[in-house]
Amino acid sequence: MSEERDAPRPGAKDPSFEDRLRAARVRQGLEAKPAAQANGDASALGIGVRVGVELFSALAVAVAIGWGLDRWLHTMPLFLIIFVLLGGAAGVANLWRMVAPKGPTTAK
Amino acid sequence: MAAESIKIEPLEQFDLHRVLGGLGVNFTQANLVMVIGAMLVMALLFYGARPRAVVPGRLQAAAELAHDFIYRMAIDQIGPEGKRFFPFLFTLFFFVLMGNLLGLIPFVFTYTSHIAVTAALAIMVIVLVTVVALMEHGLNFFTYFFPAGAPVWLAPLIVPIEIISYLSRPVSLSIRLFANMVAGHVMFAVFATFIVMLGSIGVIGMLGAAGPLAINVVLMGFELLVAALQAYVFAILTCIYLHDAVHLH
Repeated sequence: MSEERDAPRPGAKDPSFEDRLRAARVRQGLEAKPAAQANGDASALGIGVRVGVELFSALAVAVAIGWGLDRWLHTMPLFLIIFVLLGGAAGVANLWRMVAPKGPTTAK
Repeated sequence: MAAESIKIEPLEQFDLHRVLGGLGVNFTQANLVMVIGAMLVMALLFYGARPRAVVPGRLQAAAELAHDFIYRMAIDQIGPEGKRFFPFLFTLFFFVLMGNLLGLIPFVFTYTSHIAVTAALAIMVIVLVTVVALMEHGLNFFTYFFPAGAPVWLAPLIVPIEIISYLSRPVSLSIRLFANMVAGHVMFAVFATFIVMLGSIGVIGMLGAAGPLAINVVLMGFELLVAALQAYVFAILTCIYLHDAVHLH
């Protein structure tokens, strides 16, 4: 009984079939392309630039928010320090979202 | 003798000058190129669509290709709802593309090399994305900042990080385009100055000047790629943000 179940049935959990099916679906435009392709610049330089830009922009936004809050509430370095840390974390979160493995349909 | 008087001033090319007497509104060469770029796109579509041939000619094929390319991108990335955003995406992509490509013609100003322009575009995108998300989901939109399933006691940490991450999108969008354009044109200017410097010190210098000249030729090919790629990246990231706004995760 169980031996019969383990026998390779077409379409069950055959990885090569799944891959070929997905490739065919992408070719026919039924599914969004994998995110690595969708993000365009897949070259090493492109990825390097993107990493830098993502980290920098998150930090820049965080510093701006922290500095603004401090100016408003007269608590000079307090929020700046907090938001620099949060900004670094947000930058890493951006990066994670950029490189995280995703399913073929969730191009994020 | 002239070698000392030649200075490398790679940033001079980004200075704005009034043209046509400013037209009373401080009209600069950047604005002029924007108008030309917009005219070119409209001309392509107008003259491309006019024959309405079943078998398209070259111009019509180009116009149809341009239309289908963005249409495809919108549907693929956003889903069936993407059709609504097609006009916006088309305008955005071709405005950026024209800025990048026209800027590669010598003596033509690259308007996408100014952060004021790219930031304005990016702010437009993020405002649109936020408005669309609010219209689609109402106040549910704010759950976007707190992923489902995360422990509640982490909220004070996650929510600010997500908000910063969200707000950093327009910043990274504008900086990426602007930095790519500035870097390319600065490299052009530096190597072009090398050509002039070497050329002014005699025959040996002129032979040596072939080096930077060759580099600039290769660089031009590379910059053509970057110009198209950055316009594509700008449009596709807008699509991805719109996808998030429509589907919320």
